[in-house]
Amino acid sequence: MLSGILLFNQKGENLIFRQFRNDCRPRLSDVFRIQVISNAQVRSPILTLGSTTFSHVKHENIYLVAITKSNANAALVFEFLYRLIALGRSYFGKFDEEAVKNNFVLIYELLDEILDFGYPQNTETDTLKMYITTEGVKSERAMEDSSRITMQATGALSWRRADVKYRKNEAFVDVIEDVNLLMSAAGTVLKEDVTGQIIMRAYLSGVPECKFGLNDRLLLDDTGLSRPNGNKNGSKATRAAAGSVTLEDCQFHQCVKLGRFDTDRTISFIPPDGEFELMRYRATENINLPFKVHVIVNEVGKTKVEYQIAVRANYGSKLFATNVIVKVPTPLNTATTHVRTSQGKAKYEPAENNIVWRIPRFTGQSEYVLSADAILTAMTNQKAWSRPPVSLNFSLLMFTSSGLLVRYLKVFEKSNYSSVKWVRYMTRAGSYEIRF
Amino acid sequence: MAMTLGKDVSALFPDVLKNIATPDLDQKKLVYLYLMNYAKSHPDLCILAVNTFVQDSEDPNPLVRALAIRTMGCIRVDKMVDYMEEPLKKTLKDESPYVRKTAAICVAKLFDLNPQLCLENGFLEQLQEMIADSNPMVVANSVTALAEIMHSAPETGALAITPAVLKKLLLALNECTEWGRITILTQLAEYKTTDLKEMEHICERVVPQFQHVNPSVVISAIKVVFAHMKGLNYEVVKTYMRKMAPPLVTLLSSAPEVQYVALRNINLLLQKQPDILSKEMRVFFCKFNDPPYVKLEKLEIMIRIANDSNVDQLLMELKEYALEVDMDFVRRAVKAIGQCAIKIESAKDKCVNVLMDLINTKVNYVVQEAIVVIKDILRKYPGYEGIIPQLCQSLDELDEPGARGSLIWIVGEYAEKIDNADEILSTFIDGLEEEETQVQLQLLTAGVKLFLKKPQTQALVQKVLQSVTTKSDNPDLRDRAFIYWRLLSNDPALAKTIILADKPPITSTIKSLPPGLLEQLLSEISTLASVYHKPPETFVGHGRTGADALQKRALEEAQQNARENPIQAAAVSGGKVTNVDNLLDIDFDGGAPASASTPSNDLFGADSAETSRVASPISGLSANPGGIQQPANNLDDLLGVFGSDGSVQNGGGNTGGSEMDILGGFGGMSLGGTTSPPPPPPQQGGQQQRSQMKNEDILGLF
Repeated sequence: MLSGILLFNQKGENLIFRQFRNDCRPRLSDVFRIQVISNAQVRSPILTLGSTTFSHVKHENIYLVAITKSNANAALVFEFLYRLIALGRSYFGKFDEEAVKNNFVLIYELLDEILDFGYPQNTETDTLKMYITTEGVKSERAMEDSSRITMQATGALSWRRADVKYRKNEAFVDVIEDVNLLMSAAGTVLKEDVTGQIIMRAYLSGVPECKFGLNDRLLLDDTGLSRPNGNKNGSKATRAAAGSVTLEDCQFHQCVKLGRFDTDRTISFIPPDGEFELMRYRATENINLPFKVHVIVNEVGKTKVEYQIAVRANYGSKLFATNVIVKVPTPLNTATTHVRTSQGKAKYEPAENNIVWRIPRFTGQSEYVLSADAILTAMTNQKAWSRPPVSLNFSLLMFTSSGLLVRYLKVFEKSNYSSVKWVRYMTRAGSYEIRF
Repeated sequence: MAMTLGKDVSALFPDVLKNIATPDLDQKKLVYLYLMNYAKSHPDLCILAVNTFVQDSEDPNPLVRALAIRTMGCIRVDKMVDYMEEPLKKTLKDESPYVRKTAAICVAKLFDLNPQLCLENGFLEQLQEMIADSNPMVVANSVTALAEIMHSAPETGALAITPAVLKKLLLALNECTEWGRITILTQLAEYKTTDLKEMEHICERVVPQFQHVNPSVVISAIKVVFAHMKGLNYEVVKTYMRKMAPPLVTLLSSAPEVQYVALRNINLLLQKQPDILSKEMRVFFCKFNDPPYVKLEKLEIMIRIANDSNVDQLLMELKEYALEVDMDFVRRAVKAIGQCAIKIESAKDKCVNVLMDLINTKVNYVVQEAIVVIKDILRKYPGYEGIIPQLCQSLDELDEPGARGSLIWIVGEYAEKIDNADEILSTFIDGLEEEETQVQLQLLTAGVKLFLKKPQTQALVQKVLQSVTTKSDNPDLRDRAFIYWRLLSNDPALAKTIILADKPPITSTIKSLPPGLLEQLLSEISTLASVYHKPPETFVGHGRTGADALQKRALEEAQQNARENPIQAAAVSGGKVTNVDNLLDIDFDGGAPASASTPSNDLFGADSAETSRVASPISGLSANPGGIQQPANNLDDLLGVFGSDGSVQNGGGNTGGSEMDILGGFGGMSLGGTTSPPPPPPQQGGQQQRSQMKNEDILGLF
């Protein structure tokens, strides 16, 4: 398994070097610096030199490198590095060179706890935060707590403490969807899908067992079939009427009992305390695209590019999207731009080679237009312009592209308290790209 | 900080040691970290710390107990080992699962240091008992430790999965942490069973893990199901395959590095089960911001899942890619269009149209790649000669040997349909000496073909032969010229039957791994081996020994090949090939699919030059005398035998890969050392040896 974990800054200075096995030598950090950081040619995240394999991930301005000497599980290695990043972010807010430099000791302590002899151990942030803290655990307190802590760190319910108490029992459910769209120049949809997340914030006392229901088509179908006179003909229409969605695939937080989901598709779990990602899902059918974008780009000779972009909101007029940002790529040799918009502000940002059009509030069913000219400077080597796609960013409340709805959330607890549940929906742009 | 970055602060050892008995947990951790780093340089002083360790391992605080036992294992000093025995025994039976799980790993550490001690104290047996522990994390770590020991010393038989153990593992699977699940899943995948009930049971229990949020758990679960569903009946297998597709697709929304691993593995799975993802073409479309390694891999997979129904979509998309600016990616996309045409006959017209559109863009590297690709299409499907004039227009833009060679081959092959074939060739011939060998060989062959088809061009061929035989110092080239010359001067009719013989058809230009290697790699899913598509022995070694073992294996393989394929050997030495078709079939079956492209290439045309050069310089030579003595067909087949032989011996399909690369631009090479490494030298050794053997046989003929 892992022989060592190394952290580098962008210059190639070694920030953290933690070896877990004898075969990981300090000079390996030089090897990595020379072979990867100062070598622009490297294109693969995995590099094997001799019998040493370097797997690296770049985050902010640091490289995280895992060293292995065996035929290690590559997926695990990368996933672990990303988990390390997530941990760093939740501990320090931001996991970059500065954070690493300011928290050397803590990082070593963390690495010690999450890896033993190169094998990943518990990486649950909440649990780790109980006994690896930035301010240091008071020894006396540690005495009494630590047996409880260790029980939790290894227990079957490693994510929840038993003695949680709230005066008001509440649960917040956020359904957040990222719509991905790839539209061709001709206006046909090449790829559309939704990746959704359901984030839950549970402030519930005791050890509650929750059941969660969605308008999942498979589930609704199953119940439909079990009825003696199941209406088989009207499948599509009735489904649309019932507003069920087909989830292509879903993944759950480790607290969800996967076996039960597999047998009868009930999502049943004992939630961790506080915020966590309950599930992720993917849907590809019947997607409501919130925005229709129409792009016309003309290259006039070699000195000018003309843009005509119309964006139309496709959702109900009572809703409105916020922070709509349309990025319109310009050629690398753009000198100046002239932009007119019917709403919002547009600005040319030379550093990114983009015209950035911001619309703070985009009401449903309305349509806004941008027209622009980019004047190009002459270039000695006429290299073709790669024409990156126009991309969109937005967030839209109370709307789900997939049509997903939370049907119920039931909480069962021994003391039988009543709880309040809140549900919120949001749709954001994932990679919303239109080619031209 | 200075310490871990290689600065030597070991002088402080005694002073640091004084602080070890601190009650403060943080400080203790730091002292321990220091100890781990410098224990080696101060083994004597280390002993002073032992007392504290032993004390700490009995501390009422489980965190301290675990810390002590964890650190002790990492202090790799012989004297320390003796003191570890007692604390380890105690902690393995600790009441706190946290301490137990740490102690379990510690056994693996101890085994690494001193296997003898480990065995004598019965730690292995204790670990085996711990698989039945009530705490899933302890179970997972015990399995981890046992697997590690098993790996380094198989003779101990540390981890034997019995039905009882299996039950425990499946039970723990649903409860332990994600990393523990991976450990257990890996063991389940390696578990061999013949019992159908058991296989069914394993698959049933593992399938829910497809829904896990951690992609590496998902890949591991897929690995298990893939390994165990083989024995099940067809219907069940089909359901599992259907269940496998969505999680595989979801892997593509993970981080790019994880995606890359997933894509490489999907590539393997598709080679075994080509239709798992046939409906999911769109999800593999490249995003503009995908890193290059992901894009190339996605292309690779798109071609694999292309079929009649989705080829239109794919072509549109490939055309889009071919207009991007990243050169490697564009070349690969163009090549993919060609592979589509070869793979799906109904799409050939569309593919050719797209390629012609691309040639019209006049972007230099696009045109070059397109011409190389069109050559293959012409080979496979007659009836596209109409586009040749258009190809010839871009003559001046070609500056790469691959593209020039391909165009010359086309001109030679279709000389009778190109009015000014002689003019085109003569423009090349003027600069003959400056060309790459590959192009020179093509020119030579094309010149001869032209002459055979249009005898009035005798002057031209004379000029080529003259200049090659007198000026060239390349034996391959010169000898080939001599053969042609003699053939032509003896019996032009015979020459015609040899040189213009029918070519075996191309079946596929998509690279595949040989079945043996594929099977092996499928059992390595999600490991580095599956990412590299190479068996682990090739990159994991223990210093020199690893390489030696590899070399030995390669030699053995080569010898075994010789034994197993007496027909080939006989064919070569006897110089008489009677059943042409069968012989070729044998090659396909017994050999690498990768080699399918080799014998199917035109043997005296565009590709034979590369084939013979790559396979072995000697095989080219040895074929020549054979060619003179034998009738036409046999010569072709003989060369075919040689060509595919090379790949078979290589066993890794590497030769196949590099041929394709040389021929088809550098698309496949763009990942540097990752995708298509040069064939490992030891194997070449084996090949060389065998070729020499054949060479001697043939020499014996004279």
